[in-house]
Amino acid sequence: MTHPAGPSYLEERSVRSWLFTRDHKRIGVLFLIATALMMALGGIFALLLRLELLTPRPMFMSADSYNRLFTLHGVTMVWLFLIPSIPTAFGNFLLPIMIGARELAFPRWNLASFYLYCLGALVTLFSMFLGGTDTGWTFYVPYSSKTPTAIVPVLVGVFILGWSTIITGINFITTVHTLRTRGMTWMRMPLFVWAIYGTSVIQVLATPVLGMTLALVAVDHWLDWGLFDPGRGGDPVIFQHLFWFYSHPAVYIMILPAMGVVSELVTTFSHKNPLSYLAIAVSTFGIAFVGFLTWGHHMFTAGMSTFDAGAFGVLSMLVAIFSAIKVSTWVGTMYRGSISFKAPLAYVFAFLFLFVFGGMTGVAVATMSLDVHWHDTYFVVAHFHFIMVGGSLTAYLGALHYWFPKITGRMYPERWALAAALLVFGGFVLTFVPQFLLGNLGMPRRYHSYPESMQALHTISTGGSWALFGGLSITLSYLLWAARRGRLAGDNPWYSASYEWYVPSPPPKHNWPATPCFELDPYDYTTYAPDPRGKSDVGGAPDAPGGAPPAGDAQGAAHG
Amino acid sequence: MAEPVEHAAHFESAERQGQAATLGMWVFLASEVLFFGALFVIYAAYRTREPRAFAEAVAENTFWWGSGNTLVLLTSSLFIALSVHMLRSSRARAACWLVGATVFLGMLFLGIKSYEYVEHFRHGIYPGGQGQWFADQPRAAAMAAFWTLYYLMTGLHALHVIIGVLLLSVIGWCVARRRVTRLAPQALENGAMYWHLVDIVWLFLWPCFYLTNGGA
Repeated sequence: MTHPAGPSYLEERSVRSWLFTRDHKRIGVLFLIATALMMALGGIFALLLRLELLTPRPMFMSADSYNRLFTLHGVTMVWLFLIPSIPTAFGNFLLPIMIGARELAFPRWNLASFYLYCLGALVTLFSMFLGGTDTGWTFYVPYSSKTPTAIVPVLVGVFILGWSTIITGINFITTVHTLRTRGMTWMRMPLFVWAIYGTSVIQVLATPVLGMTLALVAVDHWLDWGLFDPGRGGDPVIFQHLFWFYSHPAVYIMILPAMGVVSELVTTFSHKNPLSYLAIAVSTFGIAFVGFLTWGHHMFTAGMSTFDAGAFGVLSMLVAIFSAIKVSTWVGTMYRGSISFKAPLAYVFAFLFLFVFGGMTGVAVATMSLDVHWHDTYFVVAHFHFIMVGGSLTAYLGALHYWFPKITGRMYPERWALAAALLVFGGFVLTFVPQFLLGNLGMPRRYHSYPESMQALHTISTGGSWALFGGLSITLSYLLWAARRGRLAGDNPWYSASYEWYVPSPPPKHNWPATPCFELDPYDYTTYAPDPRGKSDVGGAPDAPGGAPPAGDAQGAAHG
Repeated sequence: MAEPVEHAAHFESAERQGQAATLGMWVFLASEVLFFGALFVIYAAYRTREPRAFAEAVAENTFWWGSGNTLVLLTSSLFIALSVHMLRSSRARAACWLVGATVFLGMLFLGIKSYEYVEHFRHGIYPGGQGQWFADQPRAAAMAAFWTLYYLMTGLHALHVIIGVLLLSVIGWCVARRRVTRLAPQALENGAMYWHLVDIVWLFLWPCFYLTNGGA
């Protein structure tokens, strides 16, 4: 079936056409598949960890295997899934379309980034066959330079992944600067593009520091140069400074794209202009900037002056202010909007609840007097899972459902999706709320056993992890089914006014028929109001049924 | 009459594509600065703790070899900048000679650096505080940190010089073989920008390892 706008990007079917593609949409899909596989892998690791913690005594895993498994879980989830997932999959697919471009600035580098990602993933996971490593995903020295386990492949793998991230970041920044089409002024860029742009800046500036730091640990471990060894004039604490100089901004690499997704979803499903475009765009950069100045809050117990700790604490709290601006703007956008409650919006609600909860506990742990008690307990584990899973993963799932018809041209089954969303949310809360309580009781992170008195909470947490796993499995199953058998979605199933829905779904090979020219603001629901009930009463709205390409396409044709 | 300039289909003009290439290179260089930055931070932290040991260790390096290398690299940077200028004004032959001279000076730099490394090894100075030299040092631990950093930082820089030499050789060869598209000045300019970064990093390594010897 060929669309009047020309064959879609999915038309060519050979394996070769996928593996050597330079089409940003296809590379986005490749990244989507690869990162989803990694999420499944990391999820299975997590499930095994939770199962082992069902009883206070060892069940089926030695303490040693437990250490290796939680390291693998952390490394896989952070570097193979959370950091690349939204930017490389959805950013790749949508960013050029959203700014009216036909490609990213450097298509070949884009493909290279994908293969570097694959190489990095393989090298990292190769360590599993050598027995894995047991340092945790933070690789703290001095232990990481002495551990007898296979740490070097992990470090080298993450180093390679870092370059993949940097290349993608350079590509996105350059694309936003040089390939915006006519009429696409900075203040007309979709909010998702702002978020990806801010993320790219962090990726480009923070990742090299991590790369260097991990390379140094690898050299220390491999050649015994002792750069962080106090016996040879070194200082292990400087490692922590450098590690967190990257790894704290990395949290914003994970959460900013998620916020970008939420901004898109909120406007589409409220059919309303954002309460303040400017507030959302500017606070993105507030977070990106302040994020570079907060790393010290990971090191309150590592030997830091009270003044420094106070400064880092206050700077960390600034992030909460920018986040609160965003949350208020999203909620304000929904107020008196024409809400259509679909699975993506369900994930937005989950995001809002979990992110605010996680953020508030973040303010709590940024306070030194509290953190010295919570440091290295389950409280911190629960806090960052609320942000990473409750924030990033729910936004990722929301994005997946929202753009599923854009990517595949087909609809997912709505009822199954809502049921799965409920299960994911419930499972998540059940898994991690008990961990806040456990942390408060003094349960340290990364422990393989615990006192009998804590078993009830651990059992609830393990049960929750199975519900979460169930929800994600259902999601995976119906999405795989819907990609081939789902009903055809039409070009704009959500009646969205966002730019990416101006082009057909799935988009044609070169996105836009010619060089388009944007004359409307993004999310302009006052001028262009696609009505879900089919009554288009405002000028500029599409006549064709099913929300065929509205104004933008006509504009493009007129100017091309 | 000006020929239509070839450019990739997703750019509206060759000029725009050139801007993209330049911007991409600048962002990459920013990334590289942070990459080296991590090592400079470690150097600063360790030196603040042991200022005297570091100054004494700097004095161990030969001032003239390091300063000579500075002269070599700065001159090479001048040549590559001139080469870009020549190619822009369609004097491809002169541009080729200048790229050749830059590559030669890059290799001269590497030669001098290698000679220095060999000299250190002969004195028993190895990374990680290993070697005979450290046995009779009063501040052996801090000295070990200094020399490990010395090998790491100058080594990483030398690696960048090697990459730069290879990169410029390829670009120079393409220009010489007249595989010159209208985008060749852009490729040469990006190569030159990379070379300038290599040069600038050295301008910071030079005081760290050769000049700040505490007046010894």
